[in-house]
Amino acid sequence: MSKPPRNVTQLPTGGRAVAPPGTEAIALPRPDVADKRIRLFHLLLKDRFASVAALILVVVGLTALFGPTLMGDLATRQDLSATNRPPFSFADGWAFILGSDSLGRSMVARLVVATQTTLSVALPAVGISLVIGSLWGVWAGYHRGIRETISMRIADVVMSFPSLLLAVVILYVFSPSAANIVLILAVTRIPIYLRTARAESAELQSRTFVDAARTFGTKPNAIIRRHVIPVVLPTLLTLATLEFCYVMLAESSLSFLGIGIQPPDVSWGLMVAQGRQYLQTAWWLSFFPGLAIVVTTVAANVLAAWLRIATDPAQRWRLTLPRKRMIMRIPAKEIQ
Amino acid sequence: MLTFLRRRILSSALPLLVVILGVFALARLTGNPASLYLPLNATEQMRADFTEKNGLDNPIWVQMAEYFGGVLRLDFGESLRTGESAAAMALRAFPATLQLAGTTMLLAVVLAVIVGSWAALKPNGIADRISSFISMAAASVPDFWLAIMGIWVFAITLGWLPTSGVGGLDAWVLPILTLLLRPFGVLVQIVRGAMVSSLSEPYIKLARSKGASEFRVVTRHALRNAAAPALTVAGDLAVGLVNGAVVVESIFGWPGIGKLMIDSILQRDFAVLQAAVLLTAISIFILNILIDLGYAGLDARVRPTGKPRKASKTGKATAAPAKERKLHVQTTP
Repeated sequence: MSKPPRNVTQLPTGGRAVAPPGTEAIALPRPDVADKRIRLFHLLLKDRFASVAALILVVVGLTALFGPTLMGDLATRQDLSATNRPPFSFADGWAFILGSDSLGRSMVARLVVATQTTLSVALPAVGISLVIGSLWGVWAGYHRGIRETISMRIADVVMSFPSLLLAVVILYVFSPSAANIVLILAVTRIPIYLRTARAESAELQSRTFVDAARTFGTKPNAIIRRHVIPVVLPTLLTLATLEFCYVMLAESSLSFLGIGIQPPDVSWGLMVAQGRQYLQTAWWLSFFPGLAIVVTTVAANVLAAWLRIATDPAQRWRLTLPRKRMIMRIPAKEIQ
Repeated sequence: MLTFLRRRILSSALPLLVVILGVFALARLTGNPASLYLPLNATEQMRADFTEKNGLDNPIWVQMAEYFGGVLRLDFGESLRTGESAAAMALRAFPATLQLAGTTMLLAVVLAVIVGSWAALKPNGIADRISSFISMAAASVPDFWLAIMGIWVFAITLGWLPTSGVGGLDAWVLPILTLLLRPFGVLVQIVRGAMVSSLSEPYIKLARSKGASEFRVVTRHALRNAAAPALTVAGDLAVGLVNGAVVVESIFGWPGIGKLMIDSILQRDFAVLQAAVLLTAISIFILNILIDLGYAGLDARVRPTGKPRKASKTGKATAAPAKERKLHVQTTP
């Protein structure tokens, strides 16, 4: 007892040979991380849909990073003599290829600036809820008992709370800033990770390899860190990719209802809302920002579907096959 | 069954109570309605009178006690906006939401079962592709954008349908189509997945080998077993719809509970907001219990054993599959 062989799981060969089937993947010493990444990247290149999706997301990310600087003041420069210019005309230069809005501002420039706002809300919100929700859920699922019950009740309460009301209150009480919207979205989405992580970790904590670690006297936190989290992580990351879509849509909806991003800031959802009153005369004001949302979320969804297969050792072989006409879909296994 | 019901009611009552208390407190955080309802040049005295008349000067727990006392006497207070009874306003808006939600869910379930089973029978067939495409769209397209584009194409450009309102049947088409996308997209994948796995079970082989027709195999044997997960998800989706499709209701000017809620939030009409939240919370509560009962009716394995606390270990074990499934399902979009 005094010297629990903490490193038993890392024994070169002996430890592994005894491991019951199904646990090898976990008991194996971790393969070189860089090597793993390269293999994953090769898998990605093999899948045409997933590569395009990843490319789109990279372009969107780069646009958000560097776009606003490149655009300069183009997004705010008004020209009341040329309002609501129709799209697809080169007469006024590339900046007006998607037309101009009701104040004569370039649609392209506004879309680019909105990309940054939209992503700077969605990414932190997903990150915060992923970290908090996952750690909490894994902890609750590992310990079970009262900690689990209380956590699940809290999740129930948060889930059943009208998040719109929460948003309006935060907006009224505090300043309507992007940071507050991030906070609301993060808090309301924590239960999703909490529930998933709890379910997975509750199942894992009864498995043999966790039992073995416990028998050797490993501390709960160490077991969670070294044996539970690595197994749960792929599921949670895939979930986070899907959640990115949800959060983006939620932010757009809030902005659309007038309780999200406030002018003069601009996000895709807000642009759709602002274009709504010109629907009869200038459809492009609402159409293009909405299209930007759709393209980004579709790309994230496709990538999530691919990730789900690629990170699942039992299904990865599918991706190495010479491809027939494969359709991106949620594998039946996930659904049940 | 009664023990099961009692336990379910007790465990759902807490979130219900917390939500109502939370709405009560949060609504009051948004500020004093006096600044909205009195003219800008109102004197301090007028403000104080207004606050006192509506009982807003009391500490929040006194207001809360008064509110719950009123609820017990079925008195939900009056709207600050119209002076009408808050309960009447909420009850008047509710049927519009229920009709919309009911029609949408009915269509979604029927379509999802048909298309989902078809897709499961012929993987990679035409139905499978259509359903994958729609599911992808459902998870990616913002509903307000879809609604606006629908108005642009069908109401403004083609002139086939009205842009908003609750007139004839044609006014229902756009709201329902917009609302339908998400439940259908989610459900069809659930039905497909459940059907794929239940079609590969031995009892299907048995049914086929004893000469049952393909139609009978699908409807009587496979669908019955695939129904449980679909029911759970359909329930969750229905809860979302009953909660008020705020965006769709406000775009199409549909006088439902979602629109009432957002209006009363923006107008600080506390009594109406509380009545609306209470009404939806109670109906969601009832809906959840119905779903659980339906679930137990479908699947004998999750039927409650009726054993109370003492056998809680076994009780938990029998209840686990339902819960586990529910949890898992929610991870998919």
